[in-house]
Amino acid sequence: MKILSDWLIPAVICGIVLYGFLHGCNILDAFVEGAVEGMKVVYKITPTMIAITLCVGMLKASGGLDLIAAFVEPLVSLVRIPKEVVPLMLMRPISGTGALAVFKDIIAQNGPDSYVGRVASVMQGSTETTFYTMALYYGVTHVRKTRHTLASAVGADLTGFLFSALTVSLLLG
Amino acid sequence: MMNYVLMVLVVLSIVFGGLLGRMPELTSAVLESGVNAIQLCLELCGTVALWCGVMKIAQRSGLCEKLSRALSPVTNFLFRGLKEQSPRAIDSISLNITANLLGLGSAATPMALDAMAELDRLNRQCNVASDYMVNFVVLNTASIQLLPTTVATIRRLEGSADPLEIVVCVWLSTVASVVVGLSLAKLLGRFRKRRDRS
Repeated sequence: MKILSDWLIPAVICGIVLYGFLHGCNILDAFVEGAVEGMKVVYKITPTMIAITLCVGMLKASGGLDLIAAFVEPLVSLVRIPKEVVPLMLMRPISGTGALAVFKDIIAQNGPDSYVGRVASVMQGSTETTFYTMALYYGVTHVRKTRHTLASAVGADLTGFLFSALTVSLLLG
Repeated sequence: MMNYVLMVLVVLSIVFGGLLGRMPELTSAVLESGVNAIQLCLELCGTVALWCGVMKIAQRSGLCEKLSRALSPVTNFLFRGLKEQSPRAIDSISLNITANLLGLGSAATPMALDAMAELDRLNRQCNVASDYMVNFVVLNTASIQLLPTTVATIRRLEGSADPLEIVVCVWLSTVASVVVGLSLAKLLGRFRKRRDRS
């Protein structure tokens, strides 16, 4: 697994750059254009990030977050999910930016290579902002009744959460 | 949605802070949060820009279309019968899945919206979601990403010895959530149909 994680990113970058070059693509122009788009995306999420960091920071400092986490701990500890990642599970389906802020905080507090840090990393990487995606996608259609979309999507999220703890326990110890 | 979340968070923190006597901590949290947020965005800006740049090369050189074509058997399997009804919808769906796999969120969304509009047309603008729509939305709410670069960047910045060690766990969890999500969609869809008929 070490070889995979060492080689993955350099190999992907090298592969794409080489493919682009061999297919006569102006790789520097394309890169610059993409990089500008990427910076715009970060620029756009910054104000939202400040708002969410403020709210989450306040709730944490007030001790409220600890209370909520202590309340659900008996439930999540059954499936080896540490209580520290509960805020991430609550935020993940609602807001991508919010989840990112919460994730960063969990990693900073617990360390990236701890059990908590690893489970949070897998959760952040393997689930999506369900409610936002649903609202956005159905927004362009005439659909008012989404039938079983929400139930299936939430089922998928919960599976992702369960598997984050399960795979980290089994593969990374 | 987010409006309610933000309001609830602020009100809850004042209530808890007051009850638990944590007002000084609350004040410093307010003063620090702006700085923390800007710091995180600055730290991420470089990686996001770099990755979007590299992926733009993949788009420009036709690598995305190629991957998307390689994926078409999977798309045709997941959306059986759609190809005959609308080649355009299935193309948009394939490209959307490819963009998601490569972590190209900003490219994935327009294609997804195009696919949804096309599925809406096929649905004869009826106000009840079709099975194709449900499957497609569920597929998009389960993140299918090959390289979790943002996660890896934050891990690296916080001093991880091996930022990508979680990648296999991410893949397994993603596959599990996609399989469960789509199976649920299929099962519940069948159940609903039966109930509607009776």
